[in-house]
Amino acid sequence: MDLIARAAQWLTDPVHWAGPNGITARMLEHVGLSAVSLLIAIVIALPIGLWIGHTGRFAWLAVNSANLWRALPSLALIAIVLPITAALDPQAGFKVYPTVVAMVVLAVPPIMVNAQAGVTGVERDIVEAGRGQGMSEGQILTRIELPLALPVLVAGIRSAAIQIVATATLGAILGFGGLGRYLVEGFATFSLGGDAQVVAGAILVAALVIVVEAAFAIAQHLMTPSALRRQRSKSAAGA
Amino acid sequence: MLDFAWMADHLDELASRTLQHIELAAIAVAVGLLISFGLAVLAVRRRATYGPILAATDILYTIPSLALFVVLVTVTGISLLTVEIPLVLYTLVIFVRNIAAGFDSIPAEVLEAAQGLGYTAQQRLWRVEVPLAVPLILAGVRLATVSTIALVTVTAVLGDSFGGLGFFILEGYRRSFPTELYFGAVPSVVLALLADYLLARLQRRLTPWLSGDRPRGEAPRIPDWI
Repeated sequence: MDLIARAAQWLTDPVHWAGPNGITARMLEHVGLSAVSLLIAIVIALPIGLWIGHTGRFAWLAVNSANLWRALPSLALIAIVLPITAALDPQAGFKVYPTVVAMVVLAVPPIMVNAQAGVTGVERDIVEAGRGQGMSEGQILTRIELPLALPVLVAGIRSAAIQIVATATLGAILGFGGLGRYLVEGFATFSLGGDAQVVAGAILVAALVIVVEAAFAIAQHLMTPSALRRQRSKSAAGA
Repeated sequence: MLDFAWMADHLDELASRTLQHIELAAIAVAVGLLISFGLAVLAVRRRATYGPILAATDILYTIPSLALFVVLVTVTGISLLTVEIPLVLYTLVIFVRNIAAGFDSIPAEVLEAAQGLGYTAQQRLWRVEVPLAVPLILAGVRLATVSTIALVTVTAVLGDSFGGLGFFILEGYRRSFPTELYFGAVPSVVLALLADYLLARLQRRLTPWLSGDRPRGEAPRIPDWI
């Protein structure tokens, strides 16, 4: 109980919120770099996933990359990139880039796989109906497949985002900033009162995860075409 | 850039750390499988618990591993428990989902037939449901093993007595010694990929009817359109 109280005290102390190692700065760093990594991953993965789903070619690539993704230890990935970026840019190399690279690499497969699965899951009759109406392939993709695949697609981006936030936290072990710093620093001074900082850091990380989850749950709801939403609640009622 | 002489000098340590890595992962997968089995049976038998159980494992999975490991130190200290509890918790989401899906994939007629034969619930579980759920359980074991191997590296933050191959990553970082960083990072990736490959082979071995290739000399399968 004493520990929780000390953690709460640590969190509410204004000293810990200000400055370059303050919670505000660390939170912005964490969220900012996560958002940038997620955007880069989307730009890379989305076109590939949609193309694979639309054409049906290279579907094995999507499946295999999903398996590979589970096998990649994030910490090892950061460690492999680290010496390379450190050699390229000794100033920034040890700090940010390795973790960002790992975040992007780990976020690509779930987005790609879900984009592909979402498009593949669209009923072929609907696609054929579009084709029969004289829609071009591009129109079929953007006006039929993409809207119907959106819920699955957003679910993929959601798991990528969760993965990115976790990897950013992990990056603190190897010199990255962000909220993970509190966990690493607190652990290093554990018996000297750092345990309160560890708990406080974990609370901050958990709060961030909850916000990300909630944001995506809302996005997923909003992006589900209303027809699909109705259909789903109907089938749920029937079951 | 890489110091190969140093690597050659530390092969013993590489072997013992690899072994530790496998050990830490194996414990977690075994314990996770047992707990998940119980949870999956509960979820399938008492439908009302299905949603909450899956949701709970889902939530656990979203907690960043570093946070879970270091926070647990405040409860269980620096011990094997602190290493294994998060590893086990992260396997639950994979196992429970797959085992429950395995049970759900069994046609109702099969279950009714078992009941008609006078099987008790217990007998039906072990003689009908579990064997039929094996393909999905195996798929779960493969996924859980591979992702646990990936996670074991992180346990190196809990001190030099844990971490498996992650030990080299942390020490290499502390000493700014790229050779040692790679000495831990590359083998841990290889170990995860190797485990994935071996378990995929085991999966095919144990459930040959699921993969396209059939044993030599067997009659060709009847095409679907007949």
